Amino acid sequence: MKTHTSFEGQYEFVGKAKTWSLIGIVVGLVVILGGFLTGQAERTFANLLLMGYYFTCVCMAGVFFCAVQYVAQAGWSASVLRIPQAFAKTLPIAAVVLIAIVGAGLFITHEGVNEEGHAATVPYLYKLWAIKGVAEVGNENYDHLIAGKSSFLNVPFFLIRLVLFLGCYAWFGNLLIKYSTNEDEIGGMSNYEKSFKMSCIFLVIFGFTTPIFAFDVIMSIEAHWFSTMFGWYNFAAMWVSGLAVMTLTIIQLRKAGYLSWITEDHLHNLGIFMFAFSIFWTYVWFAQFLLIYYANLPEETVYFYKRWEPEYKPWFWINIVLNFVAPLLVLMMRDSKRFTGILQTVAIILIVGHWLDYYMMIMPGALHGGHGAEHHEAHWYTQITWIEIGTFAGFAGLFTFTMLTSLTKFKSLIAKNHPFLQESLHHHI
Amino acid sequence: MSSTKFILGLFDDPDDMMHGIDKLQKNSVPIYDVYTPMPIHGIEAKLGVKPSRLGYAAFMFGCLGGSTIFSIIYYTMVHDWPINIGGKNYFAVPDFIPITFEWTVLFTAFGMVATFLYATHLFPGRTPRVMDLRATDDMFVIAIDAKGNVPHDDITSLLKEAGAVEIKHNDRKYVSYE
Repeated sequence: MKTHTSFEGQYEFVGKAKTWSLIGIVVGLVVILGGFLTGQAERTFANLLLMGYYFTCVCMAGVFFCAVQYVAQAGWSASVLRIPQAFAKTLPIAAVVLIAIVGAGLFITHEGVNEEGHAATVPYLYKLWAIKGVAEVGNENYDHLIAGKSSFLNVPFFLIRLVLFLGCYAWFGNLLIKYSTNEDEIGGMSNYEKSFKMSCIFLVIFGFTTPIFAFDVIMSIEAHWFSTMFGWYNFAAMWVSGLAVMTLTIIQLRKAGYLSWITEDHLHNLGIFMFAFSIFWTYVWFAQFLLIYYANLPEETVYFYKRWEPEYKPWFWINIVLNFVAPLLVLMMRDSKRFTGILQTVAIILIVGHWLDYYMMIMPGALHGGHGAEHHEAHWYTQITWIEIGTFAGFAGLFTFTMLTSLTKFKSLIAKNHPFLQESLHHHI
Repeated sequence: MSSTKFILGLFDDPDDMMHGIDKLQKNSVPIYDVYTPMPIHGIEAKLGVKPSRLGYAAFMFGCLGGSTIFSIIYYTMVHDWPINIGGKNYFAVPDFIPITFEWTVLFTAFGMVATFLYATHLFPGRTPRVMDLRATDDMFVIAIDAKGNVPHDDITSLLKEAGAVEIKHNDRKYVSYE
């Protein structure tokens, strides 16, 4: 067994990682600005929402990962915990970005059409329910269905929920980090026990509030439609994409010479996680699809009807291939979970795949003013434009930059007094 | 020519046993197998045990289960007696997915159990064949095929040096505990 001489090394955020993440941010800023200036504000806002949500979800997955490991009293993960902790440390930034995007989308308006096809002043995001007068009888924007939901789905309460949920997750994430860094200083079991207790409380809160979070931020774009599976479907997407980003981060940090104690056995576990939860994602995705398909109620099938139009249909299938077929067939073999190259490829496929998954949730509802103006000349391959790619690059850069900056704040890259540390260092499967 | 077929070294400590394996391997004594009451990390690599192929069997059983039920459904629901259900196509694939999934899982589970029982000769009702029953309780047992070229006395002394608490020279491979 290799001996670990030093756990003291701090992460230094320099070189290629810094350069490329800054390039990503600049590209993103230019593209977003370009999107607004070329009159594609609606598409740009939808993309901002997509990436803001993705960014926040990946950071939330970091808090969730830590909490799950504490509650399960898992030993293997003790030496990798700093990476999800860095994600959790980034959550406040991600939350502020998401709240800013959502706030801007709600309050910045343009001249468009309402549900009836009449000219109206509509907000860029959530136009279906955030349009002025939607719940007032007699108003020309009045919508009977939305009016019935307006005691829940109104701008102030929506923003309060968003701030409350994200603040709560960030607070718990911060608490777990604080216990862990205290543990580094003083050792002993007291911090571990506190982490266990707070993780239990966090998971209960998280389990009940993430479905509402997904209903709010994503499902309410198409507020006439609803699905009770949607919360779990988004939870699965959040967890798989979070694990994929975590795996990719760990592999890259190892390549850069850090985390020398992480072996192929730890990566094997992360591979198992990605494999299992990709299947879980498919399970919830299909459960939602099958019920709607089988019951065939018009108010439910409208969701898939839109996604079955020629401009989205190929993406609908590519989504299943990337997020189900690829991880299923590749990660099934033991060896592919142990070879860094294959695992990294699958992680990248899943990151792109879940971007497409979110894309399919958001775009058909957020663009083209609901089911009004059709773009007859639109092809499926022109549905993903330079705005999509540029915004993705921008947020990938932002995430890398903020997450790695958070990582430099830790005095050591391993929780060196974690009670299960030795078990983790000798992890073998 | 002695009638001894197998020499067993019984250890009461897994570390002593691992040490014993090293000692035997250093002296080129071929080890037949090792029996322990609990899994010991790293022992497969040390003994050069080939990775299990149970996963491949599981995959094949899964494919078999999925295609079996899919064929049955296709025959009954599409070919033999099509019924109009809610105006859907007769060949409505999404409706077939849950049962296909279930049969895939069922065949995988049963197939793996059957493969495991076959590979380990553990058929229900059959008396288990063991070299020493205490390997399922508190003893770590190294079994050495006595037909090799190494003198039995050398093996015995190597095991004793490594800290074996008991050394048995068995005339039969398996001892029945019926």
